[in-house]
Amino acid sequence: MADVEQTVAECFRQEWGRVVATLIRMTGDWDLAEECAQEAFATALTRWGTDGVPDRPGAWLTTTARNRALDRLRRKKVEAAKLQEVAALSALSEPAPWPDRSVPDDRLRLIFTCCHPALTLEARVALTLRTLAGLTTAEIAKAFLVPEATMAKRLTRAKEKIRNAAIPYRVPPAHLLPERMAGVLAVLYLLYNEGYSASAGRDLMRADLSAEAIRLARLLARLMPDEPEAAGLLALMLLHDARSAARLDDAGELVSLEDQDRSRWDAAEISEGIGLLETALRRQRAGQYQLQAAIAACHAEAAQAADTDWAQIALLYGELRRVVPSAVVELNRAVAVAMSAGLAAGLALVDELAASGGLAGYYLLPATRADLLRRLDRRDEAATSYREALDLVGTEPERRFLSRRLAEVSS
Amino acid sequence: MRYLLLMWGEERGDDGAEAAGPGSADGEPCWLPWHREMTDHGVVLHGGGMLHSSSSSTTVRTDGVDVLVTDGPFAETKEQIGGYDVIECADLDEAIYAASRHPVALAGGTVEVRPIVAD
Repeated sequence: MADVEQTVAECFRQEWGRVVATLIRMTGDWDLAEECAQEAFATALTRWGTDGVPDRPGAWLTTTARNRALDRLRRKKVEAAKLQEVAALSALSEPAPWPDRSVPDDRLRLIFTCCHPALTLEARVALTLRTLAGLTTAEIAKAFLVPEATMAKRLTRAKEKIRNAAIPYRVPPAHLLPERMAGVLAVLYLLYNEGYSASAGRDLMRADLSAEAIRLARLLARLMPDEPEAAGLLALMLLHDARSAARLDDAGELVSLEDQDRSRWDAAEISEGIGLLETALRRQRAGQYQLQAAIAACHAEAAQAADTDWAQIALLYGELRRVVPSAVVELNRAVAVAMSAGLAAGLALVDELAASGGLAGYYLLPATRADLLRRLDRRDEAATSYREALDLVGTEPERRFLSRRLAEVSS
Repeated sequence: MRYLLLMWGEERGDDGAEAAGPGSADGEPCWLPWHREMTDHGVVLHGGGMLHSSSSSTTVRTDGVDVLVTDGPFAETKEQIGGYDVIECADLDEAIYAASRHPVALAGGTVEVRPIVAD
């Protein structure tokens, strides 16, 4: 019995999104699709225990959910058109070969609809986690630190808007694709960062968000093989994720990239990330995610911190700045310049940025300045900048990290 | 699907119709190219128009017995509705496209796309 539970749980992760996506296409009803998918998985728990696990669990689950939907629609006597559509489908004695490669995967429609720009970013994230990844409303609420009722309302409102405003359920046509693709990638990246920036251990649910983001990015990269940025995003996530075990020491303190024990980096994730990136870059359409992945790869490939190819990283940040101009990118480029062309040159760039005011209130600006001054052995100035950074820093591990540095330069 | 396109903008002159609407070149009404373009795209236009300025608005409330009439728009905000169009098209993506090509949007105004409840 425990085996069946495990099989169903595994199927849930693999198949939930596909079952829901197919049901939404068939019925046009998001709530009905979710409810019937849920019932299909519940049925599997009892049925598979007695009858055994079917050959194609995904097809079995979709058929079961579809039959549920049909029953419910019949009982509710909803509009004839909707009923006809489902009736026609259920009339097929055999479900389509699984997976049917002749039609685009319904999950693609689902992800583009969930990430439609007419929905708020919060709603896009929540909807993606609920319908595509199958997280419960309670789990999503917990991950984003809001009451469950708030999250439930957010999801209901988003689904209402999809229905009332007729947000289309489809992969966007070619002329809309680049913009919409960027929107989907942004949602997945945000999801990943929500999980990554949370300190491990203290909040496991948030670490799970990173795992979900990787799973969804993997799905997207597989479904959109002609979009190198999808592969680029997956590579970026994997290359960052590879370092997660080394980011905190045994005491749970944050360890800087330079000081991390590189033997604790996940070699499999690194090689997968680099492999994906190399394939994507061959298409010669390097966007922001491929460039960021390339930067992460420079770090990943250095056996020791001293081996890091900072000149290459500075070049990549220069390229990234061209694609997505931002003060944060400038700041990172300044660090790479400091490490390759000389600390003073980097510091000059940081000071220029500070003077422009573009990063006012962002703790990494004084923190970066402090770090360069520390390396230049200008300890008093470094201490001043560390104090500035401490006034602005948000999370506890980062605060403790800066405090330790401040103590070092003050001693 | 039918959508109401609401044209929002800051009122510049006394009269929203002239102030908010973009100028017309070679005597052709400014909305005509938009009408043509929409029709070519299969968007059905159910009519619309530019509005006189909100200072000419009258707001009416009633409890069923007494009628309370006040001068001015419902909300005294800097941005006011200067025009509207009712369109019919397949989905929100088409409505967004129609809004993005509207002369008011192209002249720097804001277009709100509001779905109309089906009959």
